[in-house]
Amino acid sequence: MPAMTEVPLSNPNEVAVTYNRNAGGADAQRPRVAVSEQPTTASGGHQSRHPGVNLGSRHGKAQETASVDVFGFWVFMMSDAVIFGLLFATFVAMRHSTGSGPQLAPLFDLKSVLIETMTLLASSLTFGLASLSLKYSETMRGLRVWLGITLLLGIVFLGLELHDFKTMIEQGGIPQRSGALSAFWGLVPLHGIHVTFASVWLISLLAQTWRFGLDDTLKVAILRLAVLWHFLDVIWVGIFTVVYVGAYS
Amino acid sequence: MSADAQNSPTQLQRDLRKERRSYMIGAVVSLVLTLPVFYAAMTGVTGRPLAIGAGLAALLQITVHLHYFLHLRIKGQTREDLHLVVFTLLILILMGGGTVWILFNLSSRM
Repeated sequence: MPAMTEVPLSNPNEVAVTYNRNAGGADAQRPRVAVSEQPTTASGGHQSRHPGVNLGSRHGKAQETASVDVFGFWVFMMSDAVIFGLLFATFVAMRHSTGSGPQLAPLFDLKSVLIETMTLLASSLTFGLASLSLKYSETMRGLRVWLGITLLLGIVFLGLELHDFKTMIEQGGIPQRSGALSAFWGLVPLHGIHVTFASVWLISLLAQTWRFGLDDTLKVAILRLAVLWHFLDVIWVGIFTVVYVGAYS
Repeated sequence: MSADAQNSPTQLQRDLRKERRSYMIGAVVSLVLTLPVFYAAMTGVTGRPLAIGAGLAALLQITVHLHYFLHLRIKGQTREDLHLVVFTLLILILMGGGTVWILFNLSSRM
């Protein structure tokens, strides 16, 4: 396959180099599709190589790297899903165990949760549009604008969530008060911490667009963060349904 | 389709429009699956109807997110992205479902 010829990358620290070195070894055993022979589906679209936006042959090396890295990141996301799933199970089992502590429903502000939900959904959409800018646009402007809006929405979400937590604490809804509250504080803030670190990662990637420009490493990193971001929105759908709306059922 | 045809400006424009529409559809459908659930909970729907309605809406919305935002498809993937989701689901049903089952059983015997 002529497309497999390796071109040395300018930055020796790039993750992609690791895969290049392996290209003659175990990595070469895996059936790979050369860029020029990429199979197409009946509708003329590309075959999907990993979750999220696929860059396509126009991006050359970056799409080769993404095909491995983003899939690997997806494996990691699924292990994260198991952690969240078990915390959901714990919460469902514990949610009525309020003991002498307060009931959960009066501690929650559904209107605030609704706004948080809308914020996160909007940020998922804007991250999608950022990914499309990355794929189709020749300049970085659209990418930066959409990533900036996504970051802003993420920060608004975190601000609202922290405000909710503060209100809960003021009403005595602290983790050590009851089993139900312990389960709540184990589950919901873990999602918040994920969003926090995803936002820090987003800031770092935005900074890198100015520092390094849009090189292959950065492109693949953005695709990975997109997968994390959309995944966190999926977890939030579970949280608002099971924890917040579920408290009223 | 050759690589050149795939990357011609008109084809790229068409692909962009198609993918952008996919995100828009995902967002709108998610909205439709979210707002009624909150409306019901805020206007005093409780108990089993709320639990079943909200649960179904959430399952649908998660499917919508996986399809329109994470682009997981039943056909046309070169890697086993979807198999991974299904396997994770199996693990969760065993471990999560088992946890809930056993704890409720214990609770009802106490």
